[in-house]
Amino acid sequence: MIEGIFVEGLIYAIMALGVFFTFRILDFPDLTVDGSFPMGAVIMATSLHAGVNPLSGLVMAFCGGVSAGFVTAAIHNKLKVPHLLAGILTMTMLYSVNIRILSNRANLPLLRVDTILTRVHSACEGILSPEIASLIFFILVVLGLKLALDLFFLTDLGLVFGALGNNEQMVRVQGVNPATLKLIGVGLSNGLVALSGAFAAQYQGFADVNLGQGIVVSGLASVMLGEFLIKSNRIWALTLRVVLGAILFKAIMYLGRYYGYYINMTPNDLKLITGVLIIISLAASNYKRLRAKGDA
Amino acid sequence: MIALECITKTFNPGTPGEKTVIRNLSLTADPGDVITIIGSNGAGKTTLFNLISGAVFPSAGEIRMKDRKVTFEPEYRRAMHIGRIFQDPLAGTASNMTIEDNMMITAKKGFRWPKISLNRAMRQKFADLVKTLDMGLETRMKANVSSLSGGQRQALTLLMTVLSGPDILLLDEHTAALDPSNAAMVMEQTQRVIQERSLTTLMVTHNMNHAIAFGNRLIMMDAGEIIVDVKGVEKQDLTREALIQMFADTRKKAFESDEVLLST
Ligand SMILES: Nc1ncnc2c1ncn2[C@@H]1O[C@H](COP(=O)(O)OP(=O)(O)OP(=O)(O)O)[C@@H](O)[C@H]1O
Ligand SMILES: [Mg+2]
Repeated sequence: MIEGIFVEGLIYAIMALGVFFTFRILDFPDLTVDGSFPMGAVIMATSLHAGVNPLSGLVMAFCGGVSAGFVTAAIHNKLKVPHLLAGILTMTMLYSVNIRILSNRANLPLLRVDTILTRVHSACEGILSPEIASLIFFILVVLGLKLALDLFFLTDLGLVFGALGNNEQMVRVQGVNPATLKLIGVGLSNGLVALSGAFAAQYQGFADVNLGQGIVVSGLASVMLGEFLIKSNRIWALTLRVVLGAILFKAIMYLGRYYGYYINMTPNDLKLITGVLIIISLAASNYKRLRAKGDA
Repeated sequence: MIALECITKTFNPGTPGEKTVIRNLSLTADPGDVITIIGSNGAGKTTLFNLISGAVFPSAGEIRMKDRKVTFEPEYRRAMHIGRIFQDPLAGTASNMTIEDNMMITAKKGFRWPKISLNRAMRQKFADLVKTLDMGLETRMKANVSSLSGGQRQALTLLMTVLSGPDILLLDEHTAALDPSNAAMVMEQTQRVIQERSLTTLMVTHNMNHAIAFGNRLIMMDAGEIIVDVKGVEKQDLTREALIQMFADTRKKAFESDEVLLST
């Protein structure tokens, strides 16, 4: 059971890393996520059913997400549409696109197909139980992605991303087109989100076009929870706390789902709880900022 | 190096808020020119810089840079040749990044690929450069820029701007937000780097003494026009009193000619 929380937390951490990239680094609140997450899931499910090997399926899901991000960034850059609206437009269009990808279905089970997880399980057969094998697999995947992201932010290009959310004027004065950076950033972010959706579909055993409802908010909640866990401005710590935040978030949701009935809570209340969690985080960080000002 | 020809800039044309800020202005800066620009508030000095750097586009006229027409070229592209420092010390650096990260960002111009250049040799080079500021910042290369004072930040911005190798330097009252001793220090550094690299420079200042002591040419702007333009020997012999007299004279002349126009 406890492995389940960790695995789900790790899968969602990939999505949360994407949300962290747009919301925190780019300062581009991107709502495409609600569409690109199920997009990753449906691309994965469809390609598995078509007999594509799971690794290629993951790559395709990632690319699908990247292109969804490109669309949002292009709408924002070219038509000067505000971030939020650009994201909502893409997200809405993706709903139809995702149904199309599933050949006019709303969901697709993955029960008797070969997934990345069945491969991992069979590779570890006799050595590790499937639960532990999944856990170790996802720890490695998330660690790998986290390190790749850390490394990216140390590169010349990554550093400019760091400056963009902070001081766009400085980026322009440096001869870099902010629109290009947004395209790359929102693309990469949604690639991660779609990858997360692809893993989620394989873990749950089905893909559903409604998988993404409110996912961006839970990603944001994870990012904010993480910010309470570690105080730092080093990039490796920033990405680490996103991962920890996602696991913590899943744990809270788990508690709400299984023990909530003691206080008359139903699973339908979880979205409300998520929202309240974000509001409390916002209020707490505001309070801290005010306190810091008072001390200075 | 840079030429503006008959530039006019009107904000909000065709609306009640219509405002012509630059009027038929022409200006040519040759390579190595150091031009100081003075003028009252709202004279259009910052707008002139915005036009040169491409942050706003002119309503009429043409801008050329190194013999290339750049009138409507986007800011980021023109920035390949321009180093610009603003009055606000916060504007030139990314505050939540370290000194060395900031320097790495400004170490070159234009788009870059995801490769890691900030290695030990580069760190040493940056530390050595920062040492020339003589502020002890070389021991704080991993500190966030937000922990620096305004004067330190502006001096660092100057260093970073020069590091990126611009051909033209635009300084918009870059010492105005600093206390007198910091301002003097940044001014000194400015003089040093301009001389070292013989940068073509345009510098807006509200300090008459700076305007006179600095550079080989002085321009006074008023109501979107250049009303005084002195260079060479004339500039060297310029005194504060003469400058003030010039300002009064030109304005009076303009006023009189308006009057003449009106009365006929
Ligand atoms: N985007 C804009 N829209 C409308 N009016 C503007 C805009 N930008 C500048 N102006 C106006 O243009 C005039 C000149 O402004 P500018 O900032 O160029 O003056 P300045 O010479 O730099 O003055 P200061 O010495 O105060 O910095 C001002 O009256 C200002 O209100
Ligand atoms: Mg100004």
